[in-house]
Amino acid sequence: MGAAVATRQIQFREAIREAMSEEMRRDKRVFLMGEEVAQYQGAYKVSQGMLDEFGEKRVIDVPISENGFAGLGVGAAMMGLRPIIEFMSWSFSLVAADQILNNAPKMLYMSGGQFGCPVVFRGNDGAGGQLGSTHSWAVEGLFANVPGLRIVIPSTPYDAKGLLKTAIRCDDPVFFLESERMLGNKGPVPEEEYLIPFGKADIKRAGGDCTLVSFGRPVHFCLEAAEKLAEEGIECEVIDGRTIRPLDMDTIIESIRKTNYCVVVDQSWPFGSVASEVATQIYERAMDHLDNRVYRVCSDDVPAPYSKNLEQAMLPNPGKIIKAVRQAMYLE
Amino acid sequence: MTMTDPQAVSQPVERVSAKTRLKWLRDMMLIREFELRTMQAYQEAKIGGFCHVYIGQEACAVGCIAATNPDDPVITAYRDHGHALARGMEARYAMAEMFGKIGGCAKGKGGSMHFFDKRTHFYGGHAIVGGQTPIGAGLAFATRYENEVLGQGKKRVTLCFLGDGALNQGALHEAMNLCAILDLPCIFVVENNRYSMGTSIERGTSMADDLSTKAAAYGMPYFQADGMDVCAVYNVMKRVVDRMRSEQRPAFVEISTYRYKGHSMSDPQKYRTKDEVSEYEANDPIRRLADALIEAGSLNEDGFKELNQSVRDEVRDAIKWAEQSPEPDPATELYSDVVTEPFGAYGPTSLPEMCEHEPGEAPESP
Ligand SMILES: Cc1ncc(C[n+]2csc(CCOP(=O)(O)OP(=O)(O)O)c2C)c(N)n1
Repeated sequence: MGAAVATRQIQFREAIREAMSEEMRRDKRVFLMGEEVAQYQGAYKVSQGMLDEFGEKRVIDVPISENGFAGLGVGAAMMGLRPIIEFMSWSFSLVAADQILNNAPKMLYMSGGQFGCPVVFRGNDGAGGQLGSTHSWAVEGLFANVPGLRIVIPSTPYDAKGLLKTAIRCDDPVFFLESERMLGNKGPVPEEEYLIPFGKADIKRAGGDCTLVSFGRPVHFCLEAAEKLAEEGIECEVIDGRTIRPLDMDTIIESIRKTNYCVVVDQSWPFGSVASEVATQIYERAMDHLDNRVYRVCSDDVPAPYSKNLEQAMLPNPGKIIKAVRQAMYLE
Repeated sequence: MTMTDPQAVSQPVERVSAKTRLKWLRDMMLIREFELRTMQAYQEAKIGGFCHVYIGQEACAVGCIAATNPDDPVITAYRDHGHALARGMEARYAMAEMFGKIGGCAKGKGGSMHFFDKRTHFYGGHAIVGGQTPIGAGLAFATRYENEVLGQGKKRVTLCFLGDGALNQGALHEAMNLCAILDLPCIFVVENNRYSMGTSIERGTSMADDLSTKAAAYGMPYFQADGMDVCAVYNVMKRVVDRMRSEQRPAFVEISTYRYKGHSMSDPQKYRTKDEVSEYEANDPIRRLADALIEAGSLNEDGFKELNQSVRDEVRDAIKWAEQSPEPDPATELYSDVVTEPFGAYGPTSLPEMCEHEPGEAPESP
């Protein structure tokens, strides 16, 4: 991957900022709108400095009215603009469900192909940081049910930049799920421009013994688990799906053909989740290549608790993944 | 303080040529005829789903849209046939959409409540009450952005229609607030037909007898028009549109109107009396304009009959066209327009083999 040649390391938040700024320089139709994105320089400093460069007509503060400004983004996109709408947290997007789930993804279909909706909704997703249940939604499981949109969930600064640039150029509505827990993570990002296409998973670690599939932040838990298991001689292949819609099943199936075992790791709840979808599609397409059932590691099926130890008990972590791999491989 | 602007409303009636008023008369008659035939086709089960007709409210759409330029964006709720026709959508496309045919304005994928027509800058009927209002703010945002950032030098004004029921939705208040603080040229046109389904405005809306309060809360100028008089609607709207085109900020217009028929085709109308309905019918906007034109010598009874015949022919043609238009072919249409570039797990090749798609039954009540 191109990141290997990169000489500089930048933060996840800087990667997102670079993607937005480069696209705004390239295309005047692109603008950024959200709570505290302009004067405050971003609630999580993602948009720091952007107001200065692009001015208040293109970096726009809005009040706390998610349904309103998400819908504004839908309307602007129908007119051919390229809005980037920031949700401070995806948890808050739920009050905008009508606009983001009922309108944006259906506009093209409902209008018989006349009105596309090229809007990017982005912001922090998932639990962590002891914020309690209202602020700790990993929304991917809920949103993945809806046809007509793209769901992007990067795990590294390199992926975040390349995928966000693709998202901004995409003619369909894109949900771009970041994680507050990763915004400070550093990683190699080349100076020169690059784009990462949707629907292409990335093999973050190669291995022949067990396939680990994950999305977003838990990819790092998988890599940690794989390191530990490697010490015992178990080589896991870690696949980072990178986009949930479209889902790159080909890469997953190919890996399972080689390893015959699979664990899917998903930070959202298990019921009707991305993990269950991936598992089902594996059964539909690669049953004969499995030597055991597909194992899932999800968040526990409870609202996110506040207490630190309860929260840790709820979320996927390397220990749970190691256990699942052992079970999948009949070692436990 | 209310932001009512009585001055703008009480200015003398702008002179509108008889030719223009005859066109409005025909437009209203076309909508009326279209809706009558829609009801008939619905009863014959040629139209499915929910269907809300616009009979009685014709002067609102015709008067308002006459005051705009053809490229000013228009958006509305689910009672959208009248707005689409007033905006210039061909009756054929409208009728075929309700018949679920490929010749419909959305290829049969939208239905009665979801008309769209890019050609006439008609940004849709939207069936979630109030849901169209933030989108309307977005259309207005884009028009301002086009002008100020993209330098296209056009000052377009957005018309966002809503019913009185939508006054009580949070979405509207978020949209109005955003338009106010961002100076967006969006005109919120409330067609106050006094009912949202079976709930009268008095039962559902605070300050129902003075909707200027809603506008005042967001510092918007408020205007009022008699929706049973197309000339009155036009006169008010013309001033509002012209003013907002140069001022580039939002406004709030209340148009008092009435729907003669039930909320939808399944409405037994127990919430109002027959007398109330006939009182409004006696003040019919079509008859009123026709009488005025006859009195002024611009129309005679024969001319009126001719107009009647010509709208009948047009709607008859629309029905014929809708009947003859093929159903959308699931092999090509079911999976087209889901996304602009289809790929991924559930593309056209995977799911259809697993599940059979049978045409659904029309639901019974709203
Ligand atoms: C959010 C939402 N709630 C309920 C409904 C069901 N519903 C459809 S139309 C309607 C009444 C709306 O009345 P109004 O806005 O006054 O429009 P009118 O029917 O008078 O044109 C209701 C309750 C809906 N479509 N959307």
